[in-house]
This record gives sequence, structure tokens and C-alpha cells, in this order.
Amino acid sequence: MAEALLSNKNKKILKDGVWDTNPITYQVLGICSALAVTTQLKTALVMSFGLTFVTAMSNVVISLIRNYIPSQIRIIVQLTVVSALVITIDQLLRAYMFDVSKQLSVFVGLIITNCIVMGRLEAFAMGNPPWKSFLDGLGNGLGYSAVLVIIGIIREIFGSGTLLGYHVIPASFYANGYVNNGMMVLAPGAFFLLGVIVWVQRAISGYSES
Amino acid sequence: MDPIHYLNLAIKSIFVENILLAFFLGNCSYIACSKKIDTAIGLGTAVVFVMVICTPACWAVKNFLLAKGALHWLSANLSSVDLSFLIFISFIAVIAAMTQIVEILVERFAPALYSALGIFLPLIAVNCAILGAALFIDQRNYTFWESVVFGLGGGIGWALAIISMAAIRKKLMYSNIPAPLRGLGITMLLSGLMSLGFMCFAGIRL
Repeated sequence: MAEALLSNKNKKILKDGVWDTNPITYQVLGICSALAVTTQLKTALVMSFGLTFVTAMSNVVISLIRNYIPSQIRIIVQLTVVSALVITIDQLLRAYMFDVSKQLSVFVGLIITNCIVMGRLEAFAMGNPPWKSFLDGLGNGLGYSAVLVIIGIIREIFGSGTLLGYHVIPASFYANGYVNNGMMVLAPGAFFLLGVIVWVQRAISGYSES
Repeated sequence: MDPIHYLNLAIKSIFVENILLAFFLGNCSYIACSKKIDTAIGLGTAVVFVMVICTPACWAVKNFLLAKGALHWLSANLSSVDLSFLIFISFIAVIAAMTQIVEILVERFAPALYSALGIFLPLIAVNCAILGAALFIDQRNYTFWESVVFGLGGGIGWALAIISMAAIRKKLMYSNIPAPLRGLGITMLLSGLMSLGFMCFAGIRL
């Protein structure tokens, strides 16, 4: 019953996470960090990487031990596995990207309670073999990353006129009275942007809440 | 310490730095449970309750066990031990354990409150507002009483936001919203407006 590693079924698992059941716009999970870390593209990218790694790896680990976890204490087991992975990410960031780790502040730690991780563990890894769980985690992580990167790009360009720290809005604009939109770097801008992105994504994919 | 300092901290954590509208913490349950006012009030109360208990507990764990030199009270040999890399895993364990204890206590001593809070109590363990508040206390080096006030203020701020959102969404039932915008989309836009409103409190000091 060996199945090709990237059979159509497995590709669908990956694709579902990115588009059809995108964790942010469809499952409504993981919104907290999507809004908080996206004032700059750089932090958004680091956070996306961290979350994708944690989701995929915790899915694999939980899927490997899924038959040995007593159901009453499964939340604690899941939290322990996830925290261990998050500590790894946090220590790596502190060692190699200290400034980004400072900017992300508490939000690296908050990957532990990120609903995407817990949601995928509960909904997928508890009932599926490791490779499928890995793909599911990867897909959902990428779907989350896509939304984060879009919000990050828009907020950084309009909020501070830069992209990855480089100025992209020409100085002549400023000379003619162009002003950076301060609201973009503040909390309300993030809410508005995500609202609009959800609107666009759902209008294209045709999903709507009753 | 003078009471004004604590009052300022409370105002700051409820309004200016509202944990939901300025730091986006606890957004998932905020969206999921703001459809009805009753559930919003239940969850809001539960969050206030758990946060007041959890933030000082996490403060104690950090200052007596994990911070550099914190184990000094146990033995002088341990005064150079730094366990702060264990903060995430210990905080989440403390929070999960505390929610469990609170659930048992409430069930035993206040059955009416227990049935009102219902399934929300256990779910709070994975609400990122609680862990977020605990991590802020660690990051900002609050004292014990500051952490109590911050926990209370943060909880009240969160409850305030979710209850007002539930009230707004009740009114929304009568409006004609474009289909793809219904639910999450419109809630996000409204939260943006609310967040804008809460920002007006910035700069208030007593």
C-alpha cells in the first residue's frame, strides 16, 4: 500500500492549507500574531518561518506518538511538545538574530498558544500518519505565511516607506508633500488590512459565513 | 508605593494598551465567542478571573525558580543558575494547571458561576491573552503588586472589548453586509474602528 510521497492526495493536503482552508481567512486561527508582527516585512518573514517550522514538526511528533497519548491529558502533551519546539526557535533567534528577537518580543513565545498549531494537532495530526501530518503542517504554515507577507509588505511600504529596511518610496514624493500613513504601523491599520484581505480572499474563493 | 502609580498602571492596561486592541492577544476566541452577548460576558469574566490568578503565579515562578540567581533561597551554591530558557514551558504549565484548579474550585464553591462559564474555563488555557500577559510581566520586570494590577487590568480590558464587540455584532444582524465580508471580515474592520477609539485614551495620566 505504499503511496507516492507526493501523490495527488498529498498535494491536495498541501494546497488545502495554503488556499482552500487557509488558516487565517477560512479557519479564523492565528490572527493574533498575524496582526502583531507585521509592521515590517522582516519580522513577518521570521515569524512565518518559525510558525511553519513549529506547526510541521509538532504535527510530525504528535502524529508519531498519537496512539500512545491518553485522550484526557492530550492537551498537556501537545503543549509540551510545542513549547519544546518554540524554545528551540527562541534560543536560535536570540543567538543569531538578536535584534529581530527583540522586535518580536513576546510573540515568539506566543507561538505556543497559537491556535493554528493546536488546531492542526487536534484536527489532523491526532488521526493521520506522520508524512501526511507534515504536509498538512507545512501547508497551513505556508498559508499563514502568505497572509503575513502580504500584510507585512503593505504595512511597511505605506507605513514607513521602506521594504526590508530599504527606502522604496522616492524622496521626490516626500518633497511634493507625500506623508507616510502613520495608521498603518499602529494597531487599527492592521485590523483594517486583515479585514480587507479576508474580504478579497473570500470573494475569490467563494466562501462566506451564513 | 503610592496608589496613583497602580491606578495609572490599571488605566494603561485597560484602555491605552488594551491587550486585545493594541497587542492583538486573544483574537481567536474574541472572534469565535463574540456572536452572543451571554457567551461574551461568560468568557470575559472567566478571562479576568484566570488572569488575576495566573499573572502573580507566573511572577512567583519566574522570581523564585527561573530567573538568574533566583534559586539562591534554596542554597548558596545555586545562586549562579539561570533557568530562564525554561520560561515558556513553565508558564504554559502554570497556566494550564491554574485553569484546572480554578475550574475545580469554581465547580465546588460556586456552581452557578461554573454552569455560566461552562466550557470556557478549560479553553482559556490556550488563550494567548493569558500567556501574553504573563510574558509581558517577565519582559517588563514588574513587581508582585504591579503584576496583580496588570493582570486585573488586562483581563478587564479584554472583557470590555469582547463584550462591546458582541453588542455591536448583535446590531449587525440587521444590516446587509456583502456575503464575503460577513463574519470575520466585518469583525476585523469593526475591531479596527474600536482600536482607533481606544487609542484616544493614549496619554491619560493621573
